[in-house]
Amino acid sequence: MSHPASPDDALVLYGEHFSSRLLLGTSRYPSPAILQAAVARARPAMLTASLRRQGAKPDSGRGFWQLLQQMGCRVLPNTAGCRSAQEAITTAQMAREVFATPWIKLEVIGDDYTLQPDTLQLVDAAHALVEDGFKVLPYCTEDLVVCQRLVDAGCQAVMPWAAPIGTGHGPVNPHGLRLLRERLAVPMLVDAGLGLPSHACQVMEWGFDGVLLNTAVALATDPAQMAGAFADAVQAGRAAFLAGAMQPQKSAQASTPVLGTPFWHQGSGAGA
Amino acid sequence: MKVTLNGQSAELPEGARVSDAIAHLAPTPPFAVAVNLQFIPQSAWASQPLRAGDQIEIIAPVTGG
Repeated sequence: MSHPASPDDALVLYGEHFSSRLLLGTSRYPSPAILQAAVARARPAMLTASLRRQGAKPDSGRGFWQLLQQMGCRVLPNTAGCRSAQEAITTAQMAREVFATPWIKLEVIGDDYTLQPDTLQLVDAAHALVEDGFKVLPYCTEDLVVCQRLVDAGCQAVMPWAAPIGTGHGPVNPHGLRLLRERLAVPMLVDAGLGLPSHACQVMEWGFDGVLLNTAVALATDPAQMAGAFADAVQAGRAAFLAGAMQPQKSAQASTPVLGTPFWHQGSGAGA
Repeated sequence: MKVTLNGQSAELPEGARVSDAIAHLAPTPPFAVAVNLQFIPQSAWASQPLRAGDQIEIIAPVTGG
């Protein structure tokens, strides 16, 4: 069971404090009960949800809505499936009315195969939504300049991908992600492509402020147990970042003191 | 007049408003409405007129990532 985050190390997004640095998606779980169990284990800061035509999915309508109310977690609607700035803006406005929240995970997809964000449309949509009072969390690539433009548009946080959505590959461009973390001071959540708790722990060790994931939990053999594992990994990675890791060395450095070594120069080697 | 309602052709009376399209589909709350890619707030459902050929979307919460 994961421990609650230290109250003086809260995740702060748009001036609001969150005790968890894990955001969790609600899709692809084997059943609503298993989703509920996973949420209970992860205790996420926010749960993502979406909007679709009525009747387009078996879980549309009141069933999922009622489950969201029962779970009592802050909802982060997304604009998944949108392919233009205008589609995303309209979807965000609809989500604000349905979910009664100004928060929005802004997605504008530019490629059907990789589901890579259309970063040009994304910046346009972000600008309009920030102007309209939304608290925008844009799903983006690890491109430094795109992220800077999103910040320029008024986004107070960005959400770069680790890998394409649903792949579970973990960070495919560690150098790019770490460079982005070094260059921009805004809160950053790694969103999409994480598959293992070690992936989440790693990006948290690099100084990212949180992670958003869905498939890695939903498609695990035991989603609730995996949700707990991710929650622990996020906390461990955050603690490691705050603790400050040692610098890697080029050559071996004996951890045991050399002074006073018995049999010095009589044996064949030194111990670790 | 013919409109497109959630991707399907639908017949609504002349002078119909957004509220008539909603009644035609009878969706389960909560839901939100857009016409021709423009959001129509709930406060305007009863007054917003529709025209032949309008594209109406009525969407509701689903799971998402």
